[in-house]
Amino acid sequence: MAYSDKVIDHYENPRNVGVLDAEDKNVGTGMVGAPACGDVMRLQIKVNDDGVIEDAKFKTYGCGSAIASSSLLTEWVKGKTLDEAQQIKNTELAEELALPPVKVHCSVLAEDAIKAAVEDIKSKQG
Amino acid sequence: MQLPIYLDYSATTPCDPRVAEKMAECLTLEGNFGNPASRSHTFGWKADEEIDKARQYVADLVNANPKEIVWTSGATESDNLAIKGAAHFYKTRGNHLITCKTEHKAVLDSMRQLEREGFEVTYLDPEANGLIDIEKIKAAIRPETTLISIMHVNNEIGVIQDIAAIGELARANKIIFHVDAAQSAGKVDIDLSTLKVDLMSFSAHKIYGPKGIGALYVRRKPRIRIEAQMHGGGHERGMRSGTLATHQIVGMGEAFRIAKAEMHEDNARIVKLRDRLYDGVKDMEEVYLNGDLEQRVSGNMNISFNFVEGESLIMALKDLAVSSGSACTSSSLEPSYVLRAIGRNDELAHSSIRFTFGRYSTMEEVEFVISVMHEKVKKLRDLSPLWDMFKAGIDLDSVQWAAH
Ligand SMILES: Cc1ncc(COP(=O)(O)O)c(C=O)c1O
Repeated sequence: MAYSDKVIDHYENPRNVGVLDAEDKNVGTGMVGAPACGDVMRLQIKVNDDGVIEDAKFKTYGCGSAIASSSLLTEWVKGKTLDEAQQIKNTELAEELALPPVKVHCSVLAEDAIKAAVEDIKSKQG
Repeated sequence: MQLPIYLDYSATTPCDPRVAEKMAECLTLEGNFGNPASRSHTFGWKADEEIDKARQYVADLVNANPKEIVWTSGATESDNLAIKGAAHFYKTRGNHLITCKTEHKAVLDSMRQLEREGFEVTYLDPEANGLIDIEKIKAAIRPETTLISIMHVNNEIGVIQDIAAIGELARANKIIFHVDAAQSAGKVDIDLSTLKVDLMSFSAHKIYGPKGIGALYVRRKPRIRIEAQMHGGGHERGMRSGTLATHQIVGMGEAFRIAKAEMHEDNARIVKLRDRLYDGVKDMEEVYLNGDLEQRVSGNMNISFNFVEGESLIMALKDLAVSSGSACTSSSLEPSYVLRAIGRNDELAHSSIRFTFGRYSTMEEVEFVISVMHEKVKKLRDLSPLWDMFKAGIDLDSVQWAAH
């Protein structure tokens, strides 16, 4: 499997790896995927009082493309509002990382993760 | 030390330079290029002489008669010829065949083909250590069973089956016994004068010979018959037609000759490398050895590193040429069926790495492998949400995963 330089860069130097306090009402957590399928992503975002995402962290169990998709996603969501973040499309991630067709599902998973994280914050904040 | 390090000797081996040299002598006008079937001139006779020598070397390694060796294109063809050939020849006796779920695809897919033709096949489950309980074979035998096919050494997990005992059972029940020995010849002692094995498959490229050449042992006493799968000029006593590939056969012969002379020495060295690797990683958390440690071929170590995903691990191990049981590295998108058959869950199957050592492996390489494994597994676990959950004491089996 030949990877694009961008996938390799994110895989070797993943951005924003870590954990935020899931109990914080300004933090939303999205956990998607399943171990049996070979990938699990946990994406966390933190919003400030203006509803803008000021921090994002992830951890991913999965192939290089899954790690790169989630790493790139954390870079993209920072500074966006929740509504803007929800608009991120998997095709944009796949294009930026030049994912081959068999790896497009990794970017789908990343899109699911940000949607789930935003839902989590919205449900917490009512 | 050169990078990447080759640790995939079960996939294939480089030719021994002595083998390559012999092969090169059988190609050009100045060399031994004749058709061994040409009876009317010296070019043919000379080639035929070399074929005879090679046949003798192959027979010698496994203590067989050279007349019992049939050349094929490799173990895949040998498995097909043995299984389909015997099942068809003896079909008036019965239509039931027995094999195991951890066999090579060349065996399993030959069986599937026979099922489509109306044969019935029992696929036995191995025990958790990869070995087959002989009582299970006994229980599977029916009056109409004609063939048992069980491999000697498994290509993924390296376990050695008790083919002596299975052979006794088969012979007592007048059932033909086929053994795929692609991974054992030249690594484990094989004595066909005492083993009750009727058909045995060999490949050259697993023991420092060339790819594209193999052999099938077909017992003469008691005489075993098979139906040819390849029809033509009647070569190999009608069992496998096609002009003999002198250079390939000479290469295989030389590889088998060297194996007989050097296998014990090679094994003693290689087993130390394997054991050093195991000692170097077994104290890491959550590592699982796949397959029995004792009944195991010298050069194989198959280990699952829990909570890291196989393909990302392979990517991290770019300096190591290893193979993985992960779905992502196979074309089928299924995790290793061998690991699933010994009861490993999907996660462990996904996170498995097969290290296989051989004639040119060194202790310096093994020490490097150990340090790389520690470093990279730690890096990926620091990235893994599953590792966090495990460390927090969460039972991953109790989690409701949002499957996709
Ligand atoms: C156990 C076993 N059987 C059969 C084969 C096929 O051998 P060949 O590549 O010679 O067809 C292999 C190797 O891939 C093997 O490991």
